[in-house]
Amino acid sequence: MRVFQFWASHQAEFGALLVQHLFLVAVSTIVAVALGVPLGILAARRPRLGAPIVWLVNAAQTVPSLAMFGFLLPLPLIGGLGARVAITVLIVYALLPIVRTTIAGIRSVDPALVEAGTALGMTPRQLLRQVQLPLALPSIVAGIRVAAVIGVGTATIAAAVGAGGLGEYIFRGLSMVDPTVILAGAIPAAVLALSLDGGLTLAERAVRARLSGGARHRAWVSRLAVIAVFAGGVWVVAASLRSETLIRVGSKNFTEQILLGEMLAQTLEARGIRVERRLNLGGTFICDRTIRSGDIDMYVEYTGTAHTAIFRQPPDTDSRRVFDAVRRRYADAGLTVLDPLGFENTFAILVRGADAQRLGLKTIADASAHTSGWQAGFGYEFLQREDGYPGLAKTYGLTFRAPPRAMDLSLIYRALADRQVDLVAGDATSGLVDAYGLVMLEDNRRYFPPYDAVALVRSATLLARPAVRDALVGLSGKVSVSDMREMNRAVDSDRRDAVDVVRAFLARRH
Amino acid sequence: MAQPVSSSTQVSEIAFHGVRLKRGGIPVLQGLDLDVEQGETLALVGRSGAGKSTILKLINRLLVPDAGEVVVRGRPVTAWDPFDLRRHIGYVLQDVGLFPHLTVRDNIAVVPRLLGWDEERIGRRVEELLGLVGLPADEFAARRPDSVSGGQRQRVGVARALAADPPILLMDEPFGALDPVTRSELHGEFRAVQSAVRKTIVLVTHDMGEALSLASRIGVLADGALVALDTPAAIATSRDGRVRAMLAPLVEAASALQGQAHP
Repeated sequence: MRVFQFWASHQAEFGALLVQHLFLVAVSTIVAVALGVPLGILAARRPRLGAPIVWLVNAAQTVPSLAMFGFLLPLPLIGGLGARVAITVLIVYALLPIVRTTIAGIRSVDPALVEAGTALGMTPRQLLRQVQLPLALPSIVAGIRVAAVIGVGTATIAAAVGAGGLGEYIFRGLSMVDPTVILAGAIPAAVLALSLDGGLTLAERAVRARLSGGARHRAWVSRLAVIAVFAGGVWVVAASLRSETLIRVGSKNFTEQILLGEMLAQTLEARGIRVERRLNLGGTFICDRTIRSGDIDMYVEYTGTAHTAIFRQPPDTDSRRVFDAVRRRYADAGLTVLDPLGFENTFAILVRGADAQRLGLKTIADASAHTSGWQAGFGYEFLQREDGYPGLAKTYGLTFRAPPRAMDLSLIYRALADRQVDLVAGDATSGLVDAYGLVMLEDNRRYFPPYDAVALVRSATLLARPAVRDALVGLSGKVSVSDMREMNRAVDSDRRDAVDVVRAFLARRH
Repeated sequence: MAQPVSSSTQVSEIAFHGVRLKRGGIPVLQGLDLDVEQGETLALVGRSGAGKSTILKLINRLLVPDAGEVVVRGRPVTAWDPFDLRRHIGYVLQDVGLFPHLTVRDNIAVVPRLLGWDEERIGRRVEELLGLVGLPADEFAARRPDSVSGGQRQRVGVARALAADPPILLMDEPFGALDPVTRSELHGEFRAVQSAVRKTIVLVTHDMGEALSLASRIGVLADGALVALDTPAAIATSRDGRVRAMLAPLVEAASALQGQAHP
């Protein structure tokens, strides 16, 4: 029932995500048909070409979809973030069923009919168009149906690269640990897949019926379906074109980032600037690629993260030095770092409150005596980053019972509270720290660099739209650590909506 | 060995000169010479695998000889545009080969459309042909092949072959898949159609009875060569063992009937 309330309170957003989802599936399926049917025809008629075509299409299909997004991101034409990459990936996945069924359909045409056509004087092209393709059509439509259904599923992952769609709710729900939000995206995706499957099954049956005679009166059904699909496509394309002049705000995939993205968005909207939210994009590296490619105009970054993870500089503990270095390097890339928002979100090494009390733990150094019997849990990024686990272990001489478990950031607090792990690296500003009774150990050897939150904006956008800078300047120094923790808690523990939490916060500021 | 072609006073519609053909390494035709005269109905009779269908496919260039040449209407088939050649030769296939996704009307209209006729002319022609093969257009034209009987399909096949009014008609076991009653009914219609349209017809069959009742000349094929080529009357009384072997089933049937009459 809470799902219905969620949809009701997010009507406009839900509609937009649904349209984006349909757009992704429709465009990719149409392009896959335009590519796959000719490829299938070629493969069916030239067996020597056919084998490598089928092999290639097959091989592409075996690449896991997230890995495929990863491969395509850095490529110049199709790469970058957003719909382009997502559509490319969806096309690749849709090709296999379409190519296969086209080949199977053409090969299954009775050889006697092919001979009859030839004997009547058809050229190979006429034979294809008048005999082979019409008879292969039911098989091809079946392939399109499979491709479209796969597409609906795969398109949910597209949210990870900022292409939007219903996956946006699924990822948001995962990072907020809120099943309601996950369901808000998962249910319509499933319904969409089922109804697409049902509709295309009807279309397939209509085509078969038309081939086997009788059922002439059903012609209007298929004609109506074609018109409906076409009208839907036009509407979807029109809807997507409208979004061009908007300012696009991005964020990483955890609660605080979504709140900060929402804060930038509402601040701009308060000045009458139209905004498109591309929140919950993914990790640091995805956000970085997205803003460099121009698919988003701004997001909030942390100076320490930019310094070590993006610019690969040795960790530095002086916050002013780090800020200046980062601002200079970003400026070279055409990005402007605005003044800090006012709070710092450093990594927090967390243990259960009970353990801290029992063992008298205050600092990370205190804990190092006990960690050899513990299991640690870290986010994927923390495990990889130079300023993450490797350096931390070295600085404090930490050893664990087993290699640290890689976990999703959103699950890490819960896992600690549930005793699945004994030590985690979380966010200092997380609302869940208090909610689960966790204790943050002091970084007494100053291992973690400063992580001042700053708005990062494309310089071109600031130049073209001076109002954007005017609006954002007002946020500098206005968000304290306790503000942030309170907002995080409101969303993560009290299950309040990020939009409302930010609205309330901004209203208090004025 | 081959007779000089120029000495023939008949108009030769189709001619084979020393045609040899191997398929899959096995010789199918070994030096075939054959003249088909304009307006005649030539039946080629032989066992399965004797090369009967191969001869038809050589005429419309579905196959090309390894040696020798096939001449159609005075031109070697290799000098014809193959698609143009086929559009001017009617072809009735062994298993009819009607297109299941097209109506009876559209099946018959295939070749006229390939030739670019206007739709009005096609419509007139389809009605005319359906009348000729005894299928009322208003009842059959809009139906699909799988909603008509085997004998009706066969008639549609003949109508399709005749659609563009080709001078030559090739028929490959056209009545093979039909029950005996329907077959003899169609034999009667075949003769009527033939006297109406006067085509040069090459008919392939393994049924000597069919050949004797329909053809003006009969060729008997064995071991990749033409072992006899003569009028039905002469074939029926041939002393050649290979010809008599093809007549055997008819003789058996006749004696069985006699045996019943006089127990």
